[in-house]
Amino acid sequence: MTAAPLLSARGLRKHFPLRGGVLQRTQAWVRAVDDVAFDVSPGETLGIVGESGCGKSTLARLILRLVEPDAGSVWFDGEDVLRVVPGRMKRLRRDMQLVFQDPYASLNPRLTIEDAVAFSLLVHGAGRAQAREKASALLDRVGLDPRLYGRRYPHELSGGQRQRVNIARALVLDPKLLVLDEPVSALDKSVQAQVLNLLLELKTERALTYVFISHDLNVIEYVSDRVLVMYLGQIVETGSADALSDTPKHPYTQALFASAPSMDPDRRMERPPIAGDPPNAINPPSGCRFRTRCPFAMPRCAEAAPPPVTVAPDHDVACYLYEAAPAVTA
Amino acid sequence: MLLVAAHEISAIPGAPMSYWRTVAWRLARDRATLVAGTLLLLVMLSALLAPWIAPYDPNAGSIRLRLAPIGSASHVLGTDEQGRDMLSRLLWGGRMTLVAGLTPVVVAFLLGTVLGVVAGYAGGLTNTLVMRTMDVFYAFPAVLLAIAISGALGPGLPNTLISLSIVFVPRVVRVAESATVQVKGLEYLAAARASGAGVWQILRHHLLANVLGPVLVFASTQVSLSIILAAGLSFLGLGVTPPAAEWGLMLNTLRQSIYVNPVVPALPGLAIFVTSMALNLVSDGLRDAMEIRA
Repeated sequence: MTAAPLLSARGLRKHFPLRGGVLQRTQAWVRAVDDVAFDVSPGETLGIVGESGCGKSTLARLILRLVEPDAGSVWFDGEDVLRVVPGRMKRLRRDMQLVFQDPYASLNPRLTIEDAVAFSLLVHGAGRAQAREKASALLDRVGLDPRLYGRRYPHELSGGQRQRVNIARALVLDPKLLVLDEPVSALDKSVQAQVLNLLLELKTERALTYVFISHDLNVIEYVSDRVLVMYLGQIVETGSADALSDTPKHPYTQALFASAPSMDPDRRMERPPIAGDPPNAINPPSGCRFRTRCPFAMPRCAEAAPPPVTVAPDHDVACYLYEAAPAVTA
Repeated sequence: MLLVAAHEISAIPGAPMSYWRTVAWRLARDRATLVAGTLLLLVMLSALLAPWIAPYDPNAGSIRLRLAPIGSASHVLGTDEQGRDMLSRLLWGGRMTLVAGLTPVVVAFLLGTVLGVVAGYAGGLTNTLVMRTMDVFYAFPAVLLAIAISGALGPGLPNTLISLSIVFVPRVVRVAESATVQVKGLEYLAAARASGAGVWQILRHHLLANVLGPVLVFASTQVSLSIILAAGLSFLGLGVTPPAAEWGLMLNTLRQSIYVNPVVPALPGLAIFVTSMALNLVSDGLRDAMEIRA
């Protein structure tokens, strides 16, 4: 990396307690995110991909400090997000915003969409008229005529329209970083394309940095510069979007790409490359968490989790199948 | 009429209505609620205006005119067992019954919403403490709890109000808490937190706006029950003390006269029935009208 990263996470961990019984004792821990580290450079789009329940959404909330991590640190623009004073945190929140997955649960049913977008501005001390004006301008930008839609309630809008409102709400504070948690997963294919293109346009227009979370490889490949593959709360492979789709290294990444439906009839798959559901995050397998479904599993995979190995410039994989490329020393 | 309605329906997509205008629009179209609401308004108005419209002093009786039948020359609705004018007593009694019915629910609505929202939003130990305390009260049947508290405090209107408030607070807390917990888990609340909003801003603009509706509807269903309980306490001699006029108390004192004149003793019962029925219909209508349709 040449420029200093805009966002940098180190050793992030979040385990959720599972309580049960009369006394509500902790009976087990869900290891949602386990020792995750990554950097996001200014202006790039980092795609995070993984199956349902692999901890992607928890990771999004950890980055934005909507959930407090158990361990680790998040640095944003040179500041330690987890250790700043509340007043500074409020200021930092203007620079890092989130677009949610569910277009229905993410809008307050009692606020008109103009008020929903303007709310963040009012929180940060803008005047009512000024906030309204800016909200209207942004609604216009995301493709919703404020004169027609501004005074409407969310239930009068379609899923795609609601997601546009969500995007406008996230952008109204002029953030530097936008975390998009499955922003198009709940939408129809045709609407997905429209919303994705809108997001790409806005990124160039406003010099934004994206962390784009999705389970859909096609979407991730389309929008991302770099991709991070997650499996059961851990990163198994990182690399440029091209490197990952051309030469995926980790058996899980290979399986993911092989299971994505292809438009090329010569690349039809014969049988599903991985079978079954991912193991439970409550008691993940020892060592490498993928070993229970991995066709190349070896005895040493059960002993300890494989450390990330650099196989090519800016391409890391956590798997014993690969040995570290000889260190290049200048 | 139909033409007007059709025109207004077609007007919806073009000109969006505000939430409360939509609610009013739906209520205006709900005939059962309108009739019940009018009836309720009449009951309230007659109770309010009792001092001016009651033909007699409700407590002045006449030994010679006891248990006059309905339609008597000077007493339209007859007289009770002490010869007091029934119409006047029903009007004055409505005052007392409505106060005894409405006040506990209003108190419970205010107190219960605060407790429920705090418990639901804070979660953890606060939630456990508040909710388990409420469960203690909830464990008793409503009537039993009201009788026990009133019995301990002694008869009289203030004690009736206290005991009924204690009966209704836990119910409201439950509804407010569950609504709060539900809203708290939704993404728009996380979005508000991500925008940097403080607890009070989130509570005011995002949480209360979505919690008050269901709690209000629930509280409105409890008014009729409260009226019946208040009347019940008076009937048992634990509520309003004689000679004051109150529907439940009137039912009690007229009880022995039922073999002499069966129609007059039924009047306070009828008044309770009509009022609580109307309240139930209005709260049903309110629930339908306030529902947010996706």
